[in-house]
Amino acid sequence: MSALHDAARGILESGAAAVVIGHGEGTATGARPLFVRDPAKAGELVFDERCVHNLAVYLLKPEVKALGRAALVGQPPTLRSVLQLAAEQQLKEGDVILLLPEPDGGVRQVESFADIERAVSEADAQLSPEERACLDEVAALPREERWRFWQQEFTRCLKCYACRAACPLCYCTQCIVDVNQPQWIPVPPHPLGNMDWHVVRAMHLAGRCIGCGACARACPVDIPLNLLNQVIEEEIAGQFDARAGLSASASYALSTFTTGDKDTFIR
Amino acid sequence: MADFEPKITAFVCTWCTYAGADLTGTSRIKYASNVRVLRVPCTGRIDFMYVLQAFAQGADGIIVSGCHPADCHYTSGNLHARRRWVVFRKLLDFVGVDTRRIHFAWVSAAEGAKWADLVNSVVASVRELGPYDEYRQAIPSHIRPGGVAA
Ligand code: SF4
Ligand code: SF4
Repeated sequence: MSALHDAARGILESGAAAVVIGHGEGTATGARPLFVRDPAKAGELVFDERCVHNLAVYLLKPEVKALGRAALVGQPPTLRSVLQLAAEQQLKEGDVILLLPEPDGGVRQVESFADIERAVSEADAQLSPEERACLDEVAALPREERWRFWQQEFTRCLKCYACRAACPLCYCTQCIVDVNQPQWIPVPPHPLGNMDWHVVRAMHLAGRCIGCGACARACPVDIPLNLLNQVIEEEIAGQFDARAGLSASASYALSTFTTGDKDTFIR
Repeated sequence: MADFEPKITAFVCTWCTYAGADLTGTSRIKYASNVRVLRVPCTGRIDFMYVLQAFAQGADGIIVSGCHPADCHYTSGNLHARRRWVVFRKLLDFVGVDTRRIHFAWVSAAEGAKWADLVNSVVASVRELGPYDEYRQAIPSHIRPGGVAA
């Protein structure tokens, strides 16, 4: 841990970054995101298995940008988020410093997109074994039962939009659910309107989701909504050979095409 | 179910399929009258939300149709749309929507007969499937749009 404290203190003291975004002790047993601006407080950073939030979600927030350059305590999903944001022109070279805690207790500092690209791989953001089992089980159900399964899941949705707030790639300043002329997504939280929300969220992240699972972890009623994104990403990888968050310059899978794209379903 | 008349909503591009459907009429080809045709500038303009809204508002089946690849008035709107549909169909299928009710086609301005065949076959297959009440029942009846019976 002390390597992390030293690295954070060094960065703040040298002025390389104005804020280090990492984790600190929460009020109960959990860890919570911590913003360190005072070098003397770098010792409050913690890093262990409780630190599951994808901190890249803060990078585009106006109030965080206003602090100045940020350093993030990163994990593989954080790196992939940064690359995807760069590919979408939301971050430019040098906007962020990443501090990567290593298994041996050291801390590696990466800044350039090329270095970040070298530090990520496709294996980084994978479903947990439980999530994989759930996905496969649902996908194997007869269609009517899949419908019932998801209706039961969607029935619980409160439309709190915590999933949207937790996602580093959900950064539109005006979201389609906040638009009421026309009202695309019904306001009352009934199962069908909730499904509209989930389909829209998943579709708007299609080809962009880096699979961190922050959305599902944020959900107060435990809807496994990242599975929707996962199904889409697997389809896009299989059909179009594209993956989000591995390159700072890749083009968006759905804004391009090839003449050989699958069309067996079209008459 | 014998007297069930399916409601089919068709989203078609103005340059090819709409003109093709027009040709069906001017060629005096008769086809099922169950289809409501909605004209949009390009298949690339067909937001996936249109499909969900159509089901919610009473459609039992949906047709999405536009120019053949390489014929798009805007060069590539249909090819972009095709990618989106690949993804959208996968997602809808995973959440359990009955994708047998959503039909995609390329119908050119010269294919009046293909349009008639398409509509007839979609109507026949949706008639077989019955009304899509399963979908609309997810909306509590007091707020179901347009008082759609379900
Ligand atoms: S949709 Fe969920 S899993 Fe995908 S990037 Fe956003 S928070 Fe992560
Ligand atoms: S976090 Fe969960 S309850 Fe809240 S809007 Fe998202 S899916 Fe619904």
